[in-house]
Parts: sequence; C-alpha cells; structure tokens
Amino acid sequence: MFENAPIIKSTKEFTATRNACKLCAPLGASVAFKGIRGCVPIIHGSQGCSTYIRRYLISHFKEPVDIASSNFTEEATIFGGAANCHAAITNVIGQYKPEVVAMTTTCLSETIGDDVKMYIHDFQKDSQLKDLPRFVTASTPSYQGSHMDGFHEAVSSAVKAFAKGGDKGTHINIFPGFVSTEDLRQLKYLLSDFGFQFVMLPDYSETLDNPIWESYKRIPEGGTPVSAIETCGSAAASIEFGTILNYGALSGRVKNSRLSSTGANYLENEFGVKNYRMPLPIGVKNTDRFVKALEEISGKEMPLRYMTERGRLIDSYADGHKYIFGKKAVVYGEEDFVVAMTTFLDEIGIEVILAATGGESGRLADEIKANCPERGEQILAKNMFDYEKIREWCIDNKPDLFVGNSKAYYIARELDVPIVRCGFPIHDRIGGQRIKHLGYAGTQDLFDQVVNAMIQYKQDHSPVGYKYM
Amino acid sequence: MDAFINDRKNQILTKGKDDATIACGKASVAGSVSQRACVFCGSRVVLYPIADALHLIHGPVGCAAYTWDIRGALSSGPQIHRLSFTTDLKEKEVVFGGEERLYKALISLIETYKPKGAFVYATCIVGVIGDDVEAVCRRVTRETGIDVIPVMSEGFNGTKKDGYKIACGALAKLIGTDTTYEAPEYSINILGDFNLAGELWMLAEYYKKMGVNLVGAMTGDGRIDDIRKAHKAHLNIVQCSGSMIGLAKEMKEKYGIPFMKVSYFGIEDMSDALYEVAKFFKSDEMMEKARTLVKEELSVLLPALAQYRQKLEGKKAAIYVGGAFKAISLVKALRLIGMKTVVVGSQTGNVDDYNLLKEMCDDGTIIVDDSNPNELSEFVKQTGADLFIGGVKERPIAYKLGLGFCDHNHERKEALAGYEGMLNFAKEVYASVCSPVWQFMK
Repeated sequence: MFENAPIIKSTKEFTATRNACKLCAPLGASVAFKGIRGCVPIIHGSQGCSTYIRRYLISHFKEPVDIASSNFTEEATIFGGAANCHAAITNVIGQYKPEVVAMTTTCLSETIGDDVKMYIHDFQKDSQLKDLPRFVTASTPSYQGSHMDGFHEAVSSAVKAFAKGGDKGTHINIFPGFVSTEDLRQLKYLLSDFGFQFVMLPDYSETLDNPIWESYKRIPEGGTPVSAIETCGSAAASIEFGTILNYGALSGRVKNSRLSSTGANYLENEFGVKNYRMPLPIGVKNTDRFVKALEEISGKEMPLRYMTERGRLIDSYADGHKYIFGKKAVVYGEEDFVVAMTTFLDEIGIEVILAATGGESGRLADEIKANCPERGEQILAKNMFDYEKIREWCIDNKPDLFVGNSKAYYIARELDVPIVRCGFPIHDRIGGQRIKHLGYAGTQDLFDQVVNAMIQYKQDHSPVGYKYM
Repeated sequence: MDAFINDRKNQILTKGKDDATIACGKASVAGSVSQRACVFCGSRVVLYPIADALHLIHGPVGCAAYTWDIRGALSSGPQIHRLSFTTDLKEKEVVFGGEERLYKALISLIETYKPKGAFVYATCIVGVIGDDVEAVCRRVTRETGIDVIPVMSEGFNGTKKDGYKIACGALAKLIGTDTTYEAPEYSINILGDFNLAGELWMLAEYYKKMGVNLVGAMTGDGRIDDIRKAHKAHLNIVQCSGSMIGLAKEMKEKYGIPFMKVSYFGIEDMSDALYEVAKFFKSDEMMEKARTLVKEELSVLLPALAQYRQKLEGKKAAIYVGGAFKAISLVKALRLIGMKTVVVGSQTGNVDDYNLLKEMCDDGTIIVDDSNPNELSEFVKQTGADLFIGGVKERPIAYKLGLGFCDHNHERKEALAGYEGMLNFAKEVYASVCSPVWQFMK
C-alpha cells in the first residue's frame, strides 16, 4: 500500500536538492548564540525562519528554545527593516532582560540590504533605557553556505565584538564547533582535570540542556559570559576543532586567513594567540592529537584518569575488532564531523565507502585523505550531496552500516541496514543532545554502538538468534 | 505583568474578569517569540498531504529542510509528498535570478518522479528578487503536460492564515478541471482533514457505512485527480475551517456546493458531523444508519473511557493550538474525560471562535491569541494546569515545568479523531497526566 519513492539508476544531474543534508545559516548562528550567557538571539527576517529553526532545534534538544523574530512584513521588505529591528530589540529587552542581544540575518534582510549594525548603533544612540545589553550581529544569508557557516560566523562575530587584547594569561580558548551538549561537558571536565582555566565558545551545554525548572526561565542558565569572551585575546593559546570550518570555497564569501574567518583565526591574527587547529577529537588518533596539544600548552602530562580511559578504549578495540573489520560504512552529516568520524572508522578497520555532506567547501576529499593516509584515496568523498543522492548510491553499493544523524533513517530502513545515530540532528530518538562523540570516552560509546549494531544485525538475521557473541 | 508585551494586552482575556472582545488576526509583534510561522508555512501545511504531487520549494535551503517530512499525514499510495525538494538558491541566483534554475529543477524532477501535478512555493527571497515563478510554471505546464501550479507564498506577505488562502487558491485552480466526471448520489468532499495517522480513513469508513460517497478528501491522502473532480460533490464538509473555509466559500459561489463546518474530535462533535450530513441529504435511512453507527461505537467507547475519566476527574488542562476550532472541540473532549480547561488559545483564531470559547469555558479561564513561551508558561503556572495540549514548540515548556503533554498538531503520529481517536486521546492524556515521573518535579 505504501510505495517507496522511485530509485533513479541513471547518473542524471538534478538541479534541485532532494532532501538536503544541510540546514541554513541562521540555524547554526542561533545555536552558537545560545552558547553565550544571557543571550537572546533575534532572527532578522520573516517569522517562519525563527519558528522553523526553533521547532527543528526543539526536536533535537528537547528543550525550550526561545529565539525571537523581527517579524518582517511586506512593508518592512519594501522600506527596510529598521523599524522592525528597533521594535524587536525593545520588546526582547522588555520581555527577557537579556545580557546580550544577538541579531542574525536571513536571506530576506540581507538581500534588501538591511544594515543591522547601523540599526543597532542607532538604537544604542537613541535609547532612553538604562543598562542596555551588549550587542552582537552575524551576517547569515541562507544562500551562502550551510548552517555550519552560520555557526562559525556567529562564533567569530562574538569574538570580534567582545575580545580584547592585554597581558598574556595562562588560560586557553576552546572553540569546540557544533557538538553535543554532553560533548561540551566532557570537554570541560577534561580541561578542568588538566588544571586549565579556559573560555569555551560557544557553551550551550546548559542553555540547551537544562535540568527541570520550578518556574519558566526566560533565559536558561549557563553559557559563556561576555566577560570571559573579553579575555580571549589574552589567552595562552586557542584550540579549535575542525579543519574545514567555514572556509567554504563556494559559499560566496571571500574567506582567507587575513580576513579572519573563525574566532581562533582572528585571535591569532589580531592578538597573536597561537591557534591549535585540529579535527574533532573522535577516535584514538584524533584524541591523542588533542591531548598532545593540551600537554604542550600546559607542560603537564595527561591526568591518570584519561590514560586509563584511553587504555580501556584500546582494550575494547581488541575485543570488538573482529565483528567490524572490513564492514562497509556510509558516513554523512556536516563536513568536519564527517572527516573526524571517517578517521575514527578508518582506524578501527571499517571501510568508509562513502563520506557525504551537504557542505560546499570542496575540501572534504583532501581532508579525508590527509587524515586517513592509508585508505583515504579509496574513500568516495562527496561535497554538496543530498540524501536522495546518498540513497541512490547506496542502492547499488549496499553498505553494512550508516553512521550519522537520524535523517538517513528512511534509507537505512529501506535497505535494512543498521544506523548508528550520532551528530545533529537526532529527531527520532530521545537523548540526541547527550550522545558522546569526543575524547576517549566519547569514542568508547561510539565504538560500542558500532560493534553492537553489527552483532545485533547478525543476530536478528540469524535463523536461531545465538545468545553468545 | 512584565511577562507580557505591552502591545499584546488586548489579545489576552480572563473569562469572568474581562468583558472586552479579544483582539486577533493581527501580525505578531516584532521581537516576540511567537509560536506562529509564516505565509509559506501556511501554504505548505495545507498542500502537504497531496501525495502524488511534486512539491518544490523555490528558495534557499532552509524552508525546504525545515518542512521535510514533518507532518503525520499518511498516503495510501505514492509518497512523493514526503520528499523535500528545493532549488537551494545560491548567491549567484539571488543576483542574476533563479528562473532558469527553477525551470531545470522542475523538468528533471517531473521526468523522474512522474507526478500528477506540481506545486511550486515561492519563498521570501523569490518575492524580493522578482523571479517570474508564474511564467516558469506556465512554461513547464506547456512542455510537460502536467499542471504546475505556482504558490506565491513569500513568508513576509502576511500571516500563516494568508498562506492558507494562497493554498486554497492553488487548489481552486485544479478543481473543476475534470469535466467528464459525474458523482454518485450523496457525494461529499472532506476539506481540512489532513489524514494524520490515518484519521481520514476512519472518517471515510464512517461515511461509507452511512451510504455517503467521498469524492475527494481535498488534502488528506490527497490526489490531484480527485481534486479535479471535487466540483461535482453535493456537499463540502470542512473540518479545519481556519485553513479551508475560504475554498469552501469559493466552491459554493462557483459551483453551488453548500458546506458545513464540523469537527471530528470528541464524541459530541464527531457524532454531529455524521448526523448533520444525514440531515443535509434528508435521508431517514442515512440518519438511521448514522444512529446505529454512533450507538455501536459508543457502546464500545464509553465503558472504555470510564476508567480514564475516573483517574482524570478534576484535572486541569491548558490548550494552545494552531486553529481555534480545534480548541473548541478539545474543551468539549476534555470535559468528557472529566477535565477542566483553564487556559485556551490559538495562533490563528477569529473573533467568533474566541467568543464561542468564552461562552463555553468556566470563569477564570484565560483565553489568548497568538501567544509565546513566556506567557504560556506564566498561564500554566497561574492556573495550576496538569496538562498542556499543543504542538512540538509547546512540548518542552510543559515538560520543563513538570506537567503532562499531549501533542495535538499536524506533526502528531497518533490518530485522535473519531471514536477510536477519542479513546487514543484519553489514553494519551491519562498516560501523561498520571505518570509517576511528575512526583520528582513538583
């Protein structure tokens, strides 16, 4: 009775994107801004942008996600959004009493040429209100790049808006990228155990994953305080996860290191804060790289607890290797996530046959080759892919496993292939925001899941269902 | 009262305290975290369940990505509606125009998916850059032989309600294009049921038992060819009146088809929806069949409901949903299981809806138009609600504050219409309100 969509066997090029493997820039910016303490993001555009993005994030984080909209009307579209921008800020201040107002643009406001920075300047100049919040803006037209470009744009905007120079301190900056709230917490534990004072930007570990409330909190607790961001310029070093970041060659923006695309990049150029840029620490190799950087910066050895964690992880690699060796996996999602996840699967003996992303950097293949030197050449890496392209490819090259967010579930179901859910978004399970990916502990969780997915598949498809491995 | 934006005061009233009529139908205040969406959203949700049509969203990636397979609308056959197609505009098109890209996208998609028709949704940016979407649609219609219908739903061009009107306009273009069809006697169209979790199939079954023929369920399990024939039906039955009443009125004017507003939620409204049809057709036999059907259904349902009622008696509910007509049914349905409504509101209600709500509800009930998380959380706290009925965006508010929640919007995957649906509703409310987990949150 229910039909599946047709499978296209031809190599036809579709002009349309079919089930996009990416989201738009204001979503990424909103997430990043949610990681600043006391911040209320305002999306400057039509109401739908804010509502859809809230809905999308709520489905993943299972938390209230208050993002205001400047509610464009036809009039604003024709005559400019200054009045709406002004009213939106006034109402947000009145209702939320925020410490920070973060305004992120949309395709609509960008195209009509709204100068949000000027609007805010005028607002600050004319306002009779006492104790105005701090302001930050990000330019995020949705026709430039994906949600990841928006995310990194917001982070760099916040750094550019607030960071100051000064005498070098001993604290470090950490730019974790778009990872789970649990990942952020794990990173904080690790850095604290190392004895670091640090500034993590963004830090939505609490704002998007709060405990139960007695009464509604207009602004959830947590987030990086502006006062902390101000000290970024005097940090001893920055650690930035991701090697592709927002260096999208096709995103339309001119991006080179001189223009300081990322926050860490800016701090390095402007204040001489050394930036350790590396892939997300997923897998032993990538995590070792991260730990090595921490050791170098601190001059201390990794705390014993993490040595043991690492040891246990490698021990489990031995326990589980047989069930996964040579299995074929498809990895998909945002670019830096795909690079790190591919590296991890590669190091445990799983053949990634397709690494796909809706991202547009054009750098995915090179980064995968760089991080998987032995098998990297054989991995088909695809930028600007969508889920229907993944689906059609998989029909002919049936993988044993999907690794990525929940959006490929329909393909996995059709092909009867297990899916290990990780990354963003997780819309069809509880706990997506609590998935651990990073560090030895995160890798441990992922490894167990991958191996168990393979064992379960075998078990489910066995005529008798063995009770031992 | 600092929880509320000043400009919104006349959109909130408390029964028994405020005499004024509620203000509604206004654009949301800038800076509010409104639970509403935009014009595009309004059009998209209405047309979404037409399953053998191609739905192409002309704009940058977001609008399509956020509406990919979010509804619970089921199709008994093709599933093209569950795919998310977009022209995924880039800066180049924004500068030089996206018509060529739209044309190419349509041609390749139509060749591949062979849909019976196509809807092209224009989003904000398309309205600004001025792509002639209508001309591209005409050209593709000519070249492919299928109807490619422009849906000019730029997000900024009004409210979600305006999007409904635009969707109705798109449907109106199809209606009446099958000139050979003749409907059997006692033929109806169902408007504004979206076949969430297969609800339409239950309703169609009820009507079939009464001897009523369904020509087209305009958008629930929708098919292009059925919509073409819809002008031949003898009666339009409108459920989600907020979205479809415009079309019903137009069909009355153009084709002389009368319409009636109904609701399928709760025993009273569901039964009325059946009786009214029998009355309309002036058939005693049909009325008798309807009575038998209702009797049979109730003989199963009422005893099953009793146990839930016992547990839920006296509990308080807050309702905040898209359409006010649904809210009205919910107040009655809740009463049936012993619950009292203490807050009720909608995104798009009109004055009549709110007046009716005011009449129905007890003193002290808060009635609200176009609310936001701040207000809603304040209301549930003030009134001590045990249950919140709403959509995805309201769910975390309820859970965060430690009260039960029932999803009653277009994303739900549980059938809540009809008699079977009433039982599902009671079960779900009971499961949430009476769960032991709340003991840790009070």
